[in-house]
Amino acid sequence: MRPLYPRARGDDESLLAMNALAHITTQQLGQQLLIGLINGAFYALLSLGLAVIFGMLSIVNFAHGAFFMVGAFCAVFMLKVLGLGYWWALVFAPLAVGLLGAVTERLFIRHIAGLDVLYGLLLTFGLALVMQGVFQSQFGSSAMSYPVPPALQGPLNLGFMILPIYRVWVVVFSAVVCLLVWLAIERTKIGALLRAATENPSLVRAFGVDVPSMITLTYAFGVALAALAGVLAAPILGVQPQMGANIIAVVFAVVVVGGMGSILGSVITGFTLGLLEGLTKVFYPEASNIVVFVIMAVVLLVRPAGLFGRAA
Amino acid sequence: MLDMTRGETPGPSHLAVSGLQAWYGESHILHGVDFDVRPGELVTLLGRNGAGKTTTLKSIIGLVRKRAGSVKVLGAQTISLAPERIARLGVALCPEERGIFASLTVKENLFLPPVVAPGKGLAIERILTLFPNLAERMGSGGSKLSGGEQQMLAIARILRTGARFLMLDEPSEGLAPVIIQQIGATIRELKKEGFTILMVEQNFRFAASIADRFLVMEHGKIIDGFAAADLEANMDKLHDYLGV
Repeated sequence: MRPLYPRARGDDESLLAMNALAHITTQQLGQQLLIGLINGAFYALLSLGLAVIFGMLSIVNFAHGAFFMVGAFCAVFMLKVLGLGYWWALVFAPLAVGLLGAVTERLFIRHIAGLDVLYGLLLTFGLALVMQGVFQSQFGSSAMSYPVPPALQGPLNLGFMILPIYRVWVVVFSAVVCLLVWLAIERTKIGALLRAATENPSLVRAFGVDVPSMITLTYAFGVALAALAGVLAAPILGVQPQMGANIIAVVFAVVVVGGMGSILGSVITGFTLGLLEGLTKVFYPEASNIVVFVIMAVVLLVRPAGLFGRAA
Repeated sequence: MLDMTRGETPGPSHLAVSGLQAWYGESHILHGVDFDVRPGELVTLLGRNGAGKTTTLKSIIGLVRKRAGSVKVLGAQTISLAPERIARLGVALCPEERGIFASLTVKENLFLPPVVAPGKGLAIERILTLFPNLAERMGSGGSKLSGGEQQMLAIARILRTGARFLMLDEPSEGLAPVIIQQIGATIRELKKEGFTILMVEQNFRFAASIADRFLVMEHGKIIDGFAAADLEANMDKLHDYLGV
């Protein structure tokens, strides 16, 4: 293991601290950056779904973390009860949660459309509590484990550092998904419909497009992305009912920093803030929990629309 | 006296409005609108601001939720239908604010409205011949167009859909005289192609050059109507109605 900097001499307090800092090896830095990128991948996928939902429905989906959690539980359920492994879960958990999302939109969220933004907040927050409560009463609070799929187990040797294959997979796969979603929204006909309906839903209806159904599908798609993130997270974080609540606060901060309506903003900010969080953990661990929120506060003061948001 | 709310050309109406009432929340805007539009006609709704002209168009396309009475579009009763169902019958709206989507390119804007009647819409080449300025601007963002270009795009995109009954809300508003002339010429072309048009206009000189019939609205009702040929004879009355 080769140190980054030569060993420092002297017993000054600051020199001792620098000493400790200087002993971070490339390997350790790489590991922490990777963990940061992984968290960033989850933040990106989750904030992408939130941004898409906010754009179309104008509601802040507080239930997003709960759908992330349900996605992870779907993976566990599929393995333990149906004997279907990770690759099945990657496809079917988002589909199942998407269906659940469509039903939720039809039954509940549709009815508060156009009302004060507070109603959306309260409704989705309540839904999150209900979903979390149901799972907690069924499965308790302790984490269930979910195995890394055999094809992705083991180390990846890059020469200057060794990384777990599964973790690299999570980052790469998430980045690819985010890119595909962005391309779909910005470059396809369906994406044009989505963008137009986000801007002026009545006019798009007046052209003969079934916008209410589009809204249902958009909500379903947004929470399906959350469920996908849940399946990816299951082998790393373990599966427990509070996992959504644990992550959602940071995801909101990401969306605020990136700009509520911006798809690209959410993705770039998600990965970046995850990375920054990871870096902070290396150099100043005490601040790692709050660094994202400090950045959010600064951005709100300087550029309230978010870094990529359209200034009001 | 001839009932000028009804046109003279033969055949079933493309639009038959009877006793139409409409509300925005608590505000009762339309108090029983009666008129019809015959195939191939261009009817212009005149009236002061607040008379209910735009509300009438929006009620026909179904964008005003609370409405009552009878509206038959191309033969079908639409008073309780959702906007997307009404549009699919073959009617298209070109709104007052034009509604060009800023987050879409000109090309995406042009192709956005779905085809509601296959085969009946204008081919894209024909549309670009009618609006040559648009051909050059296809890749631009929707918000980068001038007022005149936006108006042309707003009309162009509904021509592709196959809708044969068009509703144009103040197409000449805020445009330079040269552009207004171009739009007038384009609308005359559309009339030749057999489109049925219901138009709201404040600029009755512009409307006079293309309309078959005028209807005057006040306080949410049609109060008068006359053929375009009788415009000069009715000029004094018109000045009274419009307060100009």
